[in-house]
Amino acid sequence: MNWLRRASSEPLWKEEFSVSTAEERYVTRRQLTKFLVLTSLGMFVGNIWILVRSIFYKTPSYPQQPVARLGEIPVGGVKLFTYPTKEDQCIMVRTGENEYVSYSQKCTHLSCAVYYSQASNRLECPCHRGFFSIKDGAVLQGPPSRPLPRILLETRGEQVVAVDVKA
Amino acid sequence: MPSPVELPPKTRGLTAIAGAMSLIAVLVIVQIWLLSAALELFLAGNRHTALPAAVFSGVMFLICLGLYLFVDRVDSEVRRSADER
Repeated sequence: MNWLRRASSEPLWKEEFSVSTAEERYVTRRQLTKFLVLTSLGMFVGNIWILVRSIFYKTPSYPQQPVARLGEIPVGGVKLFTYPTKEDQCIMVRTGENEYVSYSQKCTHLSCAVYYSQASNRLECPCHRGFFSIKDGAVLQGPPSRPLPRILLETRGEQVVAVDVKA
Repeated sequence: MPSPVELPPKTRGLTAIAGAMSLIAVLVIVQIWLLSAALELFLAGNRHTALPAAVFSGVMFLICLGLYLFVDRVDSEVRRSADER
């Protein structure tokens, strides 16, 4: 098939792969620069999205829902319930004679269910050993960076009523 | 050792592009951190940090864009000078 080739001093492979290494590096760096700028644009768009969500964020109103009767659980005991929707699992702990605290049961790290450890008096996530304070839901240890959302409770007559969620 | 002025245009172009690329990479890393921090604060219920985060991110994007245009200009000049040779 040599008769099909035009006369050239360069070998065939050099004609077909005519981009030298230096040229290739040059083009690749330019393309990487373009890719980095597009990534920068993506980060900016992400921040704009958060800004838009912040602007149009509406404070949700939560229903008032009885979650337990007074004395239903012993001191140091636990009751699980759902609030404000059926999908939102919560945990209530009776910490004293007339003291109840309640938090969302979803760990703020990766949404595993937290449980109450009576021995150490704290809420613990078994997945990655994230510990939360029983007093205010603050992170004591582990990978979670945000406290547990707190369910605000009120005592009305003989009932403990969930009235609000404090993130 | 040749001074930078004596270097061939392509080498100078590569140096300029590498410098600009490094600056852009640093800015993008800062932007990634800024986005993750803003998202973390937004999910924690803090709505006041979104605006400054977006403004800073926008400024950094504009700097990146400026650097890219600079790289593009340097590239064009290098190619033109290479064609003239």
